[in-house]
Amino acid sequence: MMETLVNILSWILIVSGSFFAIIGAIGTLRFPDFWSRLHAASISDSAGVILLLLGMMLQAGPGLIAVKLLIILIFLFITGPTSTHAVANAALVSGLRPRQLPSAKPGTDAEPAPDDENQQKQGDAS
Amino acid sequence: MSTETDRSDSGEIAATKRGHRVRTIGTTILLAALWLLMSGLYKPMILGFGAASVLLVVCVARRMDAVDGDQFAIRLKPIPFLAYMLWLLVEIAKSNWAVTKIILSPKMPIRQHLFDVPCSQETELGQVIFANSITLTPGTISVETEEGHFQVHALDYGDDDMDALADMDARVSAVDGGRA
Repeated sequence: MMETLVNILSWILIVSGSFFAIIGAIGTLRFPDFWSRLHAASISDSAGVILLLLGMMLQAGPGLIAVKLLIILIFLFITGPTSTHAVANAALVSGLRPRQLPSAKPGTDAEPAPDDENQQKQGDAS
Repeated sequence: MSTETDRSDSGEIAATKRGHRVRTIGTTILLAALWLLMSGLYKPMILGFGAASVLLVVCVARRMDAVDGDQFAIRLKPIPFLAYMLWLLVEIAKSNWAVTKIILSPKMPIRQHLFDVPCSQETELGQVIFANSITLTPGTISVETEEGHFQVHALDYGDDDMDALADMDARVSAVDGGRA
């Protein structure tokens, strides 16, 4: 009885984790530019990974493997955002400017990109 | 005069030596525990490999210590930090759902924005925790860290985003132990 319950719970976690991983992939394909795609990828990074690893921990049961999975989760919690930050920072430094809101103040660090008119139009449409 | 400074110098050296010894023993215990936990095999040969690699790593770490002498102390309040992690998990769940809705909606209502967020943490560790927390919650990414503030990129910028980030900033500062 207990075993079935744990199994059901772990399957729910694994399936929903897979769901979020796929959502992240879909978002990476659908979003218009680099910056928004970065956000989509962070969905599979956070929700997908957390739910999948929790589901696997329930499958493994209490023991060495569960502890290892927990350690993997902690490492991913530190390295995931660090690598995302590195990619975003590299993009900013090499001059790729994100699309700004029309109301954004000019003259700040984030100056509008040269092809701003195109982007502005799309921004207004939304 | 010179003898006094000599004595205090030698005292200091003795203190740092003791610190080194304590840290070496601590490192050895930690590495050995990690090896036993990770390998899960308790055959004599595997244990021998473990002992050898622990000794090697400790030797290398000692030499590196002698070269750059970099001290790293973690000053976090443990129980508030755990509470913060739980709060952060809830925030991650909420913002994951928000971004999922944006991805699945046919119109994709995104309002991208890059803006400055002030940070009030005293230690670098606190700033790292704050910046990583911003990036961990989908929908916001910390792009650049500067003195006293971060540049944050938001996918769907709303007026209450600044308040939410200020709230997170205050929570991280409360966990951060501050400079010793």
